[in-house]
Amino acid sequence: MTISYFFQQLLNGLSLGGAYALIAIGYTMVYGILRMINFAHGDVFMMAGYFAIYSMAAFPWQLSLPIVIIGTIVLGVVIERIAYKPLRTAPRMSVMISAIGVSYFLENLANYLFTAMPQSYPQIDILKQIHTFGDITVSRVTIIAPIITIVLTFLLMTLVNHTKLGMAMRACSKDQDTARIMGIKVDRVITMTFVIGCGLAAIGSILYFTDRNTVQPYSGSLPGLKCFVAAVLGGIGSIPGAMVGGFIVGICQIAITAAGYSVFSDAFTFVLLIFILIIRPTGIFGEKATDKV
Amino acid sequence: MQKIKLTNKTIFNIACVAIVVILLGYLQATEIENSYAITIIERSCIYAVAAVSMNLMIGFTGQFSLGTAGFMCLGAYITGIFTMPIEIRDQVYYLYGMVSFIHNIQVPLVVALLISGVIGAIIAFLIGWPVLRLKSDYLAIATLGFSEIVRAVLGWDGLGKITNASYGLSNIPAFSSIFQAVIICGVCIALMLLMINSSYGRAFKAVRDDDIAAEAMGINLFKTKQLAFVVSSFFATVAGGLMAVFLRSAATSTFTVALTYNILLMVVIGGIGSVSGSVLGAFLITAGQEWLRFLDKEYYIGSFKVPFTRTGFRMVIFSVLLMLFVLFWNKGIMGSKEFSFDWFKNIYISIKRRIRRKNNA
Repeated sequence: MTISYFFQQLLNGLSLGGAYALIAIGYTMVYGILRMINFAHGDVFMMAGYFAIYSMAAFPWQLSLPIVIIGTIVLGVVIERIAYKPLRTAPRMSVMISAIGVSYFLENLANYLFTAMPQSYPQIDILKQIHTFGDITVSRVTIIAPIITIVLTFLLMTLVNHTKLGMAMRACSKDQDTARIMGIKVDRVITMTFVIGCGLAAIGSILYFTDRNTVQPYSGSLPGLKCFVAAVLGGIGSIPGAMVGGFIVGICQIAITAAGYSVFSDAFTFVLLIFILIIRPTGIFGEKATDKV
Repeated sequence: MQKIKLTNKTIFNIACVAIVVILLGYLQATEIENSYAITIIERSCIYAVAAVSMNLMIGFTGQFSLGTAGFMCLGAYITGIFTMPIEIRDQVYYLYGMVSFIHNIQVPLVVALLISGVIGAIIAFLIGWPVLRLKSDYLAIATLGFSEIVRAVLGWDGLGKITNASYGLSNIPAFSSIFQAVIICGVCIALMLLMINSSYGRAFKAVRDDDIAAEAMGINLFKTKQLAFVVSSFFATVAGGLMAVFLRSAATSTFTVALTYNILLMVVIGGIGSVSGSVLGAFLITAGQEWLRFLDKEYYIGSFKVPFTRTGFRMVIFSVLLMLFVLFWNKGIMGSKEFSFDWFKNIYISIKRRIRRKNNA
C-alpha cells in the first residue's frame, strides 16, 4: 500500500463520515429529547435524495438546494406531527413501532412514486470538480464534506449551548414535565429538533449521494441504521459525539472496503456497536446515567 | 382410570380441528386448481411461527429484539444444506464445490429443522450474553445489527464451500403436502404456547411488567431473558428453515431488515402479548397483501384512466392501513387476550339477556 493510496482512502472515509455525521446528529438530537430511535430518519434522508433529483431537473442548483432542505424539513415535521405526537404519552415501544411504520410507508411511497429502479443523482459541477494533489485525485465534494460537517456541528453546538432555544432543548431532554412547568413549549422545542435534524439530513444526503450517483427507495435504510450506530458510538445525546462517531464509522467502512472485505463493511459497523455497548455503553462522550426505580 | 371430561370447549376444539383438516384435505385433493390458496396458507403459517416467536420476546418478555430475520436466514441456509438432494449438490455448488464432510449428509425435513433450531438456539445463547444486558432501544439496534452480520457472513465468499456464498441455495425439496407445513407450524406454535402458560412463561411476564419487582421476587432477570431469547430464536430459526422449503431456495437477499419489520407489524396488528393475535396477524397481513393486489393494476373506463392505481400502489395503501392501526388501535386486534370459545358463549348470553330485557319492558 502506497502512502498516496492511504491518503486517498482516508479522504474518502472522511467524506463519507461527514455525511454520516450529519445524519447521526439528527438521530442523537431526537433521541436526546424523545428517547426514541427515529427509524424513519434514514428514509427521510433517502427522500431528500429524490427531492434533489426532481428539483434539480426544474431549477438551477443554487435555487434547488434550499428547496431540497426546506422540503426535507417539511417532511420531517409532518411525520413528527402525524406519527409521533399522538403517541407522546404512549409506551416507548409504541412510538418505536410507529417510527418503523413510517419507515415502511416512506419506502413503499418512494417505490410507488419513483419506481424501484435506481435513479441517477444530478451532478452539481461545482461539487464534482476534480482536484489533483500529487498522486491523489479527489472530487471537491470529498474535501468539502468534512469541512461542512465540522462547521455545521460547531454552529449547532453554539445554538444548543448559548441560545434560549438551546437551553429549552437541554431542559426538555433532562425532564420534559419540569420543562413544561417552567413555561417551555415542549411541542415547539420538539418540532425545532426535527427541523434541525432533517435540515442536516438534507445536507448530508447531498454530500452522500453526490459521491454515490444513484438513489433508490431502499438506499436510506442501511445508512440510517449505521448513522444510529455512529450516534451510539459517540454517546447518544451528545452532538460532538455524533460527529466523531460518524467519522469513525465512515472511515472504518472505507478501510474495510479498501482491505478487500466489502461484504463485511456493513456488518462491521454492527460489530463495532456491540463492542462499544459492552465496553462503554454510554459511548465516547456520553454521560453516565443512573436509572431511578 | 380418570374419565375424560367432555366439556363444550373440547367438543368445539375437536370440531375446529376437524373442519380445518377437511378444508386442507379438500385443498390438497384439488391441489392444481387451488395452488394459489395453498401457497398463501403455507406462507401465512410460516409467518405465524416467526410472529409468535417474536411475540415471545417483545410481547411476553418485553425485550424489543429485532433479530428475527437474521435467525430465519440462518435457519434457511442450514435446512437448505441438509435437505438438498445429494445428486443435485454438485450442480448447485458448481462454483465453489461443496465441502466433503457435509456433502453426503441428507436428512429428513424435521431433523434438518431441529438441527437448525438447535444451532440457532446455541448462537442465541452466545450472543445473548453481551446483547441482553442492554436496555430496550439498544437491544433493538444491536439485534438488528446481528441480523445484518448473519447476512454478511452467510454471503461471504470464504464460506462459499458451505453456503454457496452470494449464489444462495436452490432446488430444496418442497413440502410433501400442505399437511406437513401446517402440522409443523402448528406444533411449533403449540410448544411456544405451552411454554408461555408454564411457570417459565409467568416469569417472562413478570420481567415484562416490572423487572425490578421480578428480581425482588427471586427471578433471575438475566437467565429469564436468556431463556426467552434462546427459545424465541430456536423457533425463528425453524421458521426460516420452513421458509427455505416453501420458497425452495435460500438467499441472503430474502432476509433483510424489511422482513423483520414485516413480522413486527404482524405482531403489532394481532396484538402484542397474544399468541392467537400473532397468528391472526400473520394470516391477515399475508392474505391482505394478496387481496389488495388489484390496486397494482391499471384500469381504464373507456379512455379514462383510473387515477393512482399502478405498480406499488398496493403497498402504499397497505402501509397507510398499518399506520392507522399503529396510531389509533395500538393494542392490535386481540390486545393481550387470547382467543377462546367462551367469547361466543358470552356474546350468546348477552344477546339472550338483552332480548329478555326487551321482552320484560
